[in-house]
Amino acid sequence: MSLDYENDSALHKELITQVLSHYPNKAAKRRQKHLSVASDGEEVGEEGQAISECDVKSNIKSIPGVMTIRGCAYAGSKGVVWGPVKDMVHVSHGPVGCGQYSWSQRRNYYVGTTGVDTFVTMQFTSDFQEKDIVFGGDKKLEKIIDEIEELFPLSKGLTIQSECPIGLIGDDIEAVSRKKAKEYEKTIVPVRCEGFRGVSQSLGHHIANDAIRDWVFGNAEVEFETGAYDVNVVGDYNIGGDAWASRILLEEMGLRVVGNWSGDATLAEVERAPKAKLNLIHCYRSMNYICRHMEEKYGIPWMEYNFFGPSQIEASLRKIAKHFGPAIEERAERVIAKYQRLVDDVVDKYWPRLQGKRVMLYVGGLRPRHVVTAYEDLGMQIVGTGYEFAHNDDYQRTGHYVKKGTLIYDDATSYELDKFIERIRPDLVGSGIKEKYPVQKMGIPFRQMHSWDYSGPYHGYDGFAIFARDMDLAINNPVWDLYDAPWKKVTAPASAVAAE
Amino acid sequence: MPQSAEKILDHAPLFREPEYRKMLAEKKLNFECPHSDQIVTDQGEYTKTWEYREKNLAREALVVNPAKACQPLGAVFAAAGFERTMSFVHGSQGCVAYYRSHLSRHFKEPSSAVSSSMTEDAAVFGGLKNMVDGLANTYALYDPKMIAVSTTCMAEVIGDDLHGFIENAKSEGSVPPDFDVPFAHTPAFVGSHVDGYDAMVKGILEHFWKGKERTEAAGTINIIPGFDGFCVGNNRELKRLLNLMGVSYTFIQDASDQFDTPSDGEFRMYDGGTKIKDVRAALNAEATLSLQHYNTRKTLEYCQEFEQATASFHYPLGVKATDEFLMKVSEISGKEIPETIRLERGRLIDAMADSQSWLHGKKYAIYGDPDFVYAVARFIMETGGEPIHCLATNGTTAWEAEMKELLASSPFGKDAQVWPGKDLWAMRSLLFTEPVDLLIGNSYGKYLERDAGTPLVRLMFPIFDRHHHHRFPLMGYQGGLRVLTTILDKIFDKLDRESMQLGVTDYSYDLTR
Repeated sequence: MSLDYENDSALHKELITQVLSHYPNKAAKRRQKHLSVASDGEEVGEEGQAISECDVKSNIKSIPGVMTIRGCAYAGSKGVVWGPVKDMVHVSHGPVGCGQYSWSQRRNYYVGTTGVDTFVTMQFTSDFQEKDIVFGGDKKLEKIIDEIEELFPLSKGLTIQSECPIGLIGDDIEAVSRKKAKEYEKTIVPVRCEGFRGVSQSLGHHIANDAIRDWVFGNAEVEFETGAYDVNVVGDYNIGGDAWASRILLEEMGLRVVGNWSGDATLAEVERAPKAKLNLIHCYRSMNYICRHMEEKYGIPWMEYNFFGPSQIEASLRKIAKHFGPAIEERAERVIAKYQRLVDDVVDKYWPRLQGKRVMLYVGGLRPRHVVTAYEDLGMQIVGTGYEFAHNDDYQRTGHYVKKGTLIYDDATSYELDKFIERIRPDLVGSGIKEKYPVQKMGIPFRQMHSWDYSGPYHGYDGFAIFARDMDLAINNPVWDLYDAPWKKVTAPASAVAAE
Repeated sequence: MPQSAEKILDHAPLFREPEYRKMLAEKKLNFECPHSDQIVTDQGEYTKTWEYREKNLAREALVVNPAKACQPLGAVFAAAGFERTMSFVHGSQGCVAYYRSHLSRHFKEPSSAVSSSMTEDAAVFGGLKNMVDGLANTYALYDPKMIAVSTTCMAEVIGDDLHGFIENAKSEGSVPPDFDVPFAHTPAFVGSHVDGYDAMVKGILEHFWKGKERTEAAGTINIIPGFDGFCVGNNRELKRLLNLMGVSYTFIQDASDQFDTPSDGEFRMYDGGTKIKDVRAALNAEATLSLQHYNTRKTLEYCQEFEQATASFHYPLGVKATDEFLMKVSEISGKEIPETIRLERGRLIDAMADSQSWLHGKKYAIYGDPDFVYAVARFIMETGGEPIHCLATNGTTAWEAEMKELLASSPFGKDAQVWPGKDLWAMRSLLFTEPVDLLIGNSYGKYLERDAGTPLVRLMFPIFDRHHHHRFPLMGYQGGLRVLTTILDKIFDKLDRESMQLGVTDYSYDLTR
């Protein structure tokens, strides 16, 4: 269902001017290019008419000293792409911190015996000391690989996730990897994702993708009986079980998901990916590179899809099915029909509680656009959205989702976000852990949209029900009405609706 | 179809439904190329053996599940304890995102810090430009009273000179010439977060004290708490005790308000913290006391250079540790410990006496920061418990010696082993081969609880998966009461769980315990 509304362009433009006025000139000039208001869509995108245009500069260095929300290349590789591959050991190579802070924080669900045949929620580090910086860490790395082999013999391989010092001290982790891979006859992948590379997580995704291409594909002869309906799901990290709630739909419509990247993934699923018939990509930003490579090298087409909210799920199921022809299309229709009752019940239950509520988003990857329609399916409106580490093609795609007048912010600083939120006072903000508590202090409901705030899944039909419940419980909790001490003047109107 | 609008199932129940179980079983069978169940079971069992333990403890290079973080985290935490102070971490920006997230996940509070966002060009040419622009932006946007600069390992490897850079930035007008920009080099490849804390506090004192004349104000005391995830509860509790005694004191570094701001419609980027004028005046104090020795070694040395008396404690938790702390304060300040505090002490002893039968002879594994482990081991022995494994990944040989001395001082410590530099994967082997009744640590210990079945008591930073514990004190007699109750609850809950099977074990499901 499409919701018809327009945002307040004039107010949003004024807000941009206001925040920029507080920066020193040099910084204001740079930040100005990253902030805008969605205008009328003119360009025709790949898949029909964009409804607006989001004209901002992106994928540019953050300016120093401003509290960017962004992470680094290591976070993009270890944290996002490689970390979830469950039967490999991922070594955070360098000082202890990077691995410690990212340990078990992405909620990449998996099934396995942790520490024995799976290793996702463990922190393996070379814990660099001063002597490693001075004399180099290659010898240590060799020893680490030996020790992993001895203590975790069921691991299918390992990856070396470089932290900042590795690239600065000139270690040759590629040579070590080659040598040890030969010795143990296992896949060992060196990843040059030092945190200072690039401008955000994004380059880390790209480097991690390239490492799959260079160090996994073509490594081993893969014996695998293929089928006509084999697909890979690419760019679903199974946060809170997202990939599982998606897989169930794809299987129901008759497809065979031979690989899921990289949530709950095994090395085998990565290795045999080039044998699939179609790559289905959810997080375009983090994994489009390897899809393009597989298209070029193996002739596998790829297709973007969106499993947030019934409108997008329905459209995506039909689009995917169309690729495989009438038999699958018919089954896709049956899947859609099967879940229609659930969708109707969820919307009937939550629409009255959420209708007209205004949402601001600030996330990474795909979500600043992908979740827009899921909110609209519940009668909610998106007033502002932005990405931590998007590229131009992401903003082009965003134009297919957001309405005219939507405030757009790229690599927003916490200063900008706080000011925008303070002035717009949306009914809900969806962003990350660093943004959560400042927003809640202001008395504005919040949901973490990276980790699903420890809930989920949000993908698929099963996930949509949870998504609706979570947005309702965030917005309609009575705590928001308790902020003002009764002996002080009341500033916020009552808004809670009792749970049903 | 398991999902319905009436009863919405999220991940925990949803994936236990038959549709999903079947789907996941088939995924494993058809696509994952798993090892056989037998091989996995055998290896799993092997990891529980003495043989595996020996290999595990013999590791020389690999670190698995360490219980420590890196220096700049400590520096950012330290800076958060000063009035309107913004942390500025010079180096790669991803690190700062990590520190902020880490602190926010524990405290359930905002955590503010900026980065100089150095990238590849800065790696080649140095980060001076980032410092100059960065300080100007931070000053303009976040209205700080002080900017505390620390470093990520990137800046340390390329050897950026903070002092020179800050001087440069000041001369280029990034901040006013007299604006306070203390700094500390905090290389992540040396020590741990407790050393980063030390370096930052020392850096701030140096900034304000260097070249100043000290005029001793007799009887006044500085208190440095150290890196403490329970600072909210602890600092407030200690202040209450000091106020009861009527002591003149200054907390040097106090993040208790910064990490516990109210929800009333206003986001306070800064709240509380040691006032800058108090940091200046602290030079004149008669003595500086550190609550955590291993967090303040360099800072205390610096205080000694000014001929301040110093003393350090190991996280004053439990009876004797609190006694010693209060008596030291009394000795320096000349203030008596009032009767109300003696009564409080008596109430803690009363509680310990009431519960002693449940605690006597219980065996514990304890891990965490060095001072914390020392404190908990000591208190455990006061309750008649027996520390068996005392582990600090960031523990030094000096810590090991101190621990051994402590354990030798009580018959309850005779079976204890001290494990400096070991990690939680080593602890896993220890728990399987020499099991204990309770494990004391932080949230990371939940994996050990799952694997070894040892109930976990969360008493140290970081605690991600339980809420608000850090708002209550662990230090002082009140804190002791809380630690005692927490441990007892764990013991009783376990006993109840084990004895609640209807008609089988519930003969001992006693109503009164």
